[in-house]
Amino acid sequence: MSPLSRREFVGAGLAAGAGLVIGFYLPHKGASQKESFSPNAYLRIAPDNKITIVVARSEMGQGVRTALPMILAEELEADWKQIEIEQAGASTLFGDQTTGGSASIRTTWDPMRKAGATAREMLISAAALTWGVPRSGCTAESGHIKHAASNRTVTYGDLVGKASTLPIPSDVPLKQSKDYKIVGQRLARVDSPSKVKGEAVFGIDFRLPGMKYAVLSRCPVIGGKVASFDDKDSKKIGGVSFVGKVGDSAVAVVADSVWGAMEGRRVLNVNWDEGPNKDLTTAAVMASLKQAASKKGANMYSSGEPAKAAGRHISAEYTLPFMAHAPMEPGNCTASYQTSKCELWAPTQVPQDCRDSVATAIGLDPDQVKVNVTLMGGGFGRRLEHDYAVEAALVSKAINAPVKVVWTREDDMRFSTYRPASIHQLSATLDGSGYAVGLTHRIIAPSISGQKGQSVPNGVDPDLPDEAGPVYGVPNYLIEYVMTETPVPLGWMRSVYALQAAFALESFIDELAVAAGKDPLQYRLHLLAKDQDLPYFTTTWKTSRMRGVLQLAGEKAGWDKPLPAGHYRGVACFGCFASYMAEVVEISMENGAPRVHRVVAVVDCGQVVNPSILEQQIQGGIVYGLANALRAKITIEKGRVVQGNFDDYAPLRMEETPTVEVYAVPSPEAPTGIGEPSVPPIAPAVCNAICAATKRRIRALPILS
Amino acid sequence: MADITLRVNGSEKKVTVSPETPLLWVLRDTLELTGTKFGCGAGLCGACTVHVDGKAIRSCSTPVSQVSGKSVTTIEGLSANGLHVLQQAWIAEEVPQCGYCQTGQIMQAAELLAKTPNPTDEQITQAMNGNLCRCGTYERIRKAIHRAAGNGGAR
Repeated sequence: MSPLSRREFVGAGLAAGAGLVIGFYLPHKGASQKESFSPNAYLRIAPDNKITIVVARSEMGQGVRTALPMILAEELEADWKQIEIEQAGASTLFGDQTTGGSASIRTTWDPMRKAGATAREMLISAAALTWGVPRSGCTAESGHIKHAASNRTVTYGDLVGKASTLPIPSDVPLKQSKDYKIVGQRLARVDSPSKVKGEAVFGIDFRLPGMKYAVLSRCPVIGGKVASFDDKDSKKIGGVSFVGKVGDSAVAVVADSVWGAMEGRRVLNVNWDEGPNKDLTTAAVMASLKQAASKKGANMYSSGEPAKAAGRHISAEYTLPFMAHAPMEPGNCTASYQTSKCELWAPTQVPQDCRDSVATAIGLDPDQVKVNVTLMGGGFGRRLEHDYAVEAALVSKAINAPVKVVWTREDDMRFSTYRPASIHQLSATLDGSGYAVGLTHRIIAPSISGQKGQSVPNGVDPDLPDEAGPVYGVPNYLIEYVMTETPVPLGWMRSVYALQAAFALESFIDELAVAAGKDPLQYRLHLLAKDQDLPYFTTTWKTSRMRGVLQLAGEKAGWDKPLPAGHYRGVACFGCFASYMAEVVEISMENGAPRVHRVVAVVDCGQVVNPSILEQQIQGGIVYGLANALRAKITIEKGRVVQGNFDDYAPLRMEETPTVEVYAVPSPEAPTGIGEPSVPPIAPAVCNAICAATKRRIRALPILS
Repeated sequence: MADITLRVNGSEKKVTVSPETPLLWVLRDTLELTGTKFGCGAGLCGACTVHVDGKAIRSCSTPVSQVSGKSVTTIEGLSANGLHVLQQAWIAEEVPQCGYCQTGQIMQAAELLAKTPNPTDEQITQAMNGNLCRCGTYERIRKAIHRAAGNGGAR
């Protein structure tokens, strides 16, 4: 079976909520849980009143182990203190479990609510039957069913026997947001105490009895292979027990400790068949992108006829480099292969893809592979790949023992899958007042899904519908995509193409405002002044909601108020993952580099589930995006990734971190994405502020190149 | 291989490892204290921060032979019950996202508060600047350190 791509999953999940529900209402009663009430796979209520909620997305810091159970607990009318969390591994009960695309809440909002509401209604029925009273007189509250007329109360735990005998209702009422007690609250994350005590078990911390450790030597040249290797010196290192090829392009060194394996690898002698990319450089990659820019693109959005718009023409080109995710926890996976079965403990965003890919790699059926999902020390899209899992399974099979494969930081940097480099060509036609009446945005970039052999319908990378939509109600507006190819391995990195699209579009809009001699915030608001629906694939972008976040950002930032001497503002807005985001930055220039002092960030993401987690995601996304903007650049020389560690690929440190004020526009709409939407606007906002400060327009990232 | 004795979280531990093994891997693989994290292996990120004789050091770049006979404190031994004033402040301010770097951040902050019970923003930045967080929790880390300082610092 071929796993759905990340985008296919998101699209299917959003379009067909009902489809998820069918798979979801399969009864789920393990032998050890037969005493419990479990009307669906997400929930078990034990006779001792303990409520277990199963989280079928992966926790990589974004708070799903807290936020998703909050949604279910709300409808269940549970006491939050009763709730315990269980992490689902790869399963067939939950639909696609991919964690990505800022989709965990938006795709489970309906299923989790229905799961809680179904159980609540069944518990009410169970109490009514037990007491012989009409169910209309019974209410659910804080883990109890109450019958006010007779002043009786019973815990959920005491009702599990009766509730388990009842038919599962198919259509249950859902609560109104005004009645929410849990959703919308700043509830403490369930994982904080274990994380500050050092007790949390990340993938790299997992341990099995008799487990070995493996470090792999991978061909440094993209697409190269192992020609031969000499393990004589490696085997002299204490504790090294095995050296052997893994696939075509790597040699594993297995030892009793991570350090032993690293030392064994250090002295391993491998001859590489460097293959066709041995002379590849970043310059060549960018030149081929540039060459492709003259090709006709696939139409992604079109309104009016930009080519025929009359007025003053302006155009500009923007360039972005490859970038690496660099999560704090390097890649790793533990595997235990035994004849006809394999179990994995994987820090992964794609447990089902790990299961299926491992099965193929080691010649088992998917149901012979069990994947447990561990905590992750960051993901940012890197763990949407399955390479670490396949390596671990192959090594375990080769040595016939449990093994943990550990990547070093240099491995993570040099053998990652990178945010695609891209070129963006923008052109506009301005009316007599300087406002854009024609706008064309051409995106020239390799397709991540295309490189992975997934479908690219109509020549449009399947990520672009979530990440590169129209922002403004410009009457003649065209967005095109020119798909290119590159041998450089590509991956989905936090906000994916949206970072690129926003940098180009929002820098360009600023250029237009400057050309028109208008205030950049006012210029944007003018282009959003009319309420318009901008239909784009499965989303309809609303100018009113974008205008709302921009106006509030301007207000909270004090856009019209004077700044201290030497301080400048910049603004940018963008919509992605169905959410609207505006950011206003305040900077000063120090030795030619921007220092960002303050960011005001405003989001409209529909109903907020947990404001504290929302604030974390927005602050974190801005810090991540600012590092991307200032310095993130992966380069290729002689077919090899040049950068290796946090010295030459430097994340943001505390001294560079601005204060970020977060505001969410109150909204009755269903929740939309929050993990990624804060990332894209920060680069253009900072670049626009730099232009305000210096008159210098930055058209290529990173800023400090 | 060599026999090396060190005090870890108050108990004497004897390990048999090659003497150049970084303390990090002795803690994680030999002593099974996995609260100390591997981030970069080069002293660039601070995820592996522990105290040696009260001083915050990068255990990924410290050969175990250098700490022979010395007293090592890891996150597991920072307080008797895991409720050091900084750990409480970290929970109160909801600092962790992925949480991977946070044990190193807390060990670094503990050294700061031991020396400077009521640090300024500038002192916090200076002390914490070597500890990376890819989730971007710096603002809450700063708040948590101020909160802990207000609650008695290194007490």
